[in-house]
Amino acid sequence: MLALPAAAGVLHQPFWINACTRIVIFALVAASLDLIVGYGGLVSFGHAAYFAVGGYTVAVLAQHGIDAAPVAWVVAVALSALLAVVVGALSLRTSGIFFIMITLAFAQMVFFALIAIKAWGGNDGLPLGARATLLGLDLRDPTVLYFVCLTLLVAFVACAAQLVESRFGIVLRGIRGSERRVLALGFPTFRYKLVAFVIAGAGAGLAGALWADYARFVSPDMASWSRSGEFLVMVILGGIGTLAGAVYGAALLLGLESVLSGLTEHWMLPLGLILLAIVLFAKRGVYGWIAGRDDG
Amino acid sequence: MSLALEQLLNGLQFGVMIFLLAAGLTLVFGIMGVINLAHGSIYMLGAFVAASVAGTGAPFVVAVLAGAAAAGLAGIAIELVVIRRLYARHHLDQVLATFALILIANDGVSMIWGKTPLNMAVPAALSPAVTLGGFIYPAYRLVLIAAGILIAAALYVLISRTRLGMLIRAGATHRETVAALGVDISRLNTVVFALGAVLAGTAGALLAPILAVQVGMGEQILILTFVAIIVGGLGSIRGAFAGALLVGVVDTLGRAYIPVILKPIAKPEIADSLGGGLSAVAIYVLMAIVLVWKPRGLFPVGPR
Amino acid sequence: MAEPALAVRRLRKSFGALVVTADLDLDVATGECHAVIGPNGAGKTTLLDQLAGELVPDGGRIVFAARDVTRLGPDARARLGMARSFQIPTLIADLTAEDNVALAVQARTATAMRFWRSAYRDSTLRLPARAALARVGLAARGSVAAGDLAHGEQRLLEVALALAREPTLLLLDEPMAGLGHDESRAMIALLSSIKGTLTILLVEHDMEAVAHLADRVTVLVAGRAVASGSYDAVRADPVVRSAYLGGDA
Repeated sequence: MLALPAAAGVLHQPFWINACTRIVIFALVAASLDLIVGYGGLVSFGHAAYFAVGGYTVAVLAQHGIDAAPVAWVVAVALSALLAVVVGALSLRTSGIFFIMITLAFAQMVFFALIAIKAWGGNDGLPLGARATLLGLDLRDPTVLYFVCLTLLVAFVACAAQLVESRFGIVLRGIRGSERRVLALGFPTFRYKLVAFVIAGAGAGLAGALWADYARFVSPDMASWSRSGEFLVMVILGGIGTLAGAVYGAALLLGLESVLSGLTEHWMLPLGLILLAIVLFAKRGVYGWIAGRDDG
Repeated sequence: MSLALEQLLNGLQFGVMIFLLAAGLTLVFGIMGVINLAHGSIYMLGAFVAASVAGTGAPFVVAVLAGAAAAGLAGIAIELVVIRRLYARHHLDQVLATFALILIANDGVSMIWGKTPLNMAVPAALSPAVTLGGFIYPAYRLVLIAAGILIAAALYVLISRTRLGMLIRAGATHRETVAALGVDISRLNTVVFALGAVLAGTAGALLAPILAVQVGMGEQILILTFVAIIVGGLGSIRGAFAGALLVGVVDTLGRAYIPVILKPIAKPEIADSLGGGLSAVAIYVLMAIVLVWKPRGLFPVGPR
Repeated sequence: MAEPALAVRRLRKSFGALVVTADLDLDVATGECHAVIGPNGAGKTTLLDQLAGELVPDGGRIVFAARDVTRLGPDARARLGMARSFQIPTLIADLTAEDNVALAVQARTATAMRFWRSAYRDSTLRLPARAALARVGLAARGSVAAGDLAHGEQRLLEVALALAREPTLLLLDEPMAGLGHDESRAMIALLSSIKGTLTILLVEHDMEAVAHLADRVTVLVAGRAVASGSYDAVRADPVVRSAYLGGDA
């Protein structure tokens, strides 16, 4: 992962650097989602909403002349975390299928709101200005941006890995295993779930901010339900409850998409068939992989 | 006043169509415990089949029946090949498998019918507008309202008065008992799933004349259907009906009136942007309010 | 008379037309082992769920630790000093037995969230957890996933979890259910060893266990307490004999 862009940079192949940057950014979203799906058992079908809020924050700030990355990124993370607080507080009152549908519905609310707000480009999206700097670094240089993204991904995964081994993380795993038991032991589980949900939302918001600086463009599509679905697919492909597996999941899905779309215009059909086969023929179901994993 | 009445009728019409989808979705959940994201794809299929049958010059009723039948067959196929394997699985598996079905359905439909939206003519006999009190209203939309209410009533009778309905009600709460009575549960599941599919396909076929028939139409209405079910309460037909009407009316009235209300109190460009945004999210605000007040929906099923 | 550890007044609960708790009064004295027995469907588990806070009663009051806890959730009651075992073992299947107990220790010791230090290498969690496992005889099984333990071991682990919480009131929901003869003996021995150190409310079908353990017995029939007293007194009660023991006990 680290060596590839270095080699490609020598060979002057920005194509590969950009491909790797995309993978790293999506891996960050997938890792943040894995935190709640894989460890908390909270299947959120609306993770794209935080990704979009992060991206739009950076774009709108740039629209108003604020193009210093650290400021914009911090605001992006804060706002996506805030959205996660609101959505989490409402949706975590429920569980199971209800939770899936509610998170999806709230993400759709963000999607439609972004389409409706004409000042931010509505359906057409919002391009970013020419400048983007991070403490003196020029973020328009693909190699610089790649390493910045990679650093943030590694930092996030390392922190998350520490988190899931901590006291907080054990409670979270306990909730996934049996919320009833964890409640009976005396843990206010709602609060634990909400904190995890907000951390995950903030992670996706950071990824969205990076995406805005990478693509130099944001659009309501960032919040679409199919994006949320793709994020879940990345988590599954990478292995639920593995955090670092998110990188493989993101690489696999993006790779699959680009290979299939190179072969046929109708690449979603074979992609769907492959996904379906994976879910149906995984022996105990995709979710069963968790229990099969060594948790120690 | 007459404008308000007209918007209310529009909302009602939208609501009963959402109900046709919500009923199937909530039944499938109630009986099988499965969340089916591909329900919108079945609706889309109904619309496409109806529009293309109507395009051959076939009568409207034939086109609608063809759409419903195609949806029913697709439903049976999906249940036998995919859904059946998902009963005992975690919701995450169900979400992914049916998400994959959406990808397959959307691409399959665009392979067969292409990417340009289809149009379906409103049947000639129903195309004139009728005068209702102070305003004129398209007759076809009145037919949609009537058809929706009729189907809802038929569904009510089916579930509360027939043997199949008794099994459906019992199957949701006492699976073992029903199995012990010698009822083939897996056949019951197929029948219920097919019933839901027929309802969704009918909605698609009925709406085809007033909507652009295109890929993606299924997901748009699916998520509104989810909101209706969340508002009404999962697993309850009554809840699905109430939720669907509320969503239809709130969405329609919100789009019609929120910008109007904002106009005098905010600057024009802000009123425009805010009004558009607020009316787009009105139903989600409704959903949030219901969740705060009654987390399990207006008509929750089961104890607790 | 001293303040009871748990006082229940006019507790009512129905599911639709089915009354599962009917104006129930119950006092559990501090330090006693109080058994609740009754035929199937008498509402024993429903009562326990209301005491633990998992079910909200329709009416009445539950007073615990000198506080009205009727409206508190299960987690808040646990923090006040209640612990329970479940009739169907409710464990975190994919965590090891020791991790399960460590979670209970954590619930007792720290209420604040801690995000950084590894809980797996925290001796303030691990040592008490191992001690609790040893106390129920599972010292050698600590590294086995809870879901892979035998049924009898899961029952013991349920008790270990409750004990690790160091409660003042222990609610036990049929700890003998599904145990073999030797396992039952071991469970009775275990419960005898903790009896007297804390207040126990025991819901049980196994009369041998009730005879061994209970200081007082309340008989529940159709959500109503029909008799209360020592095991022998209750056994001799004609109302109980006709309603429950069927005259042959």
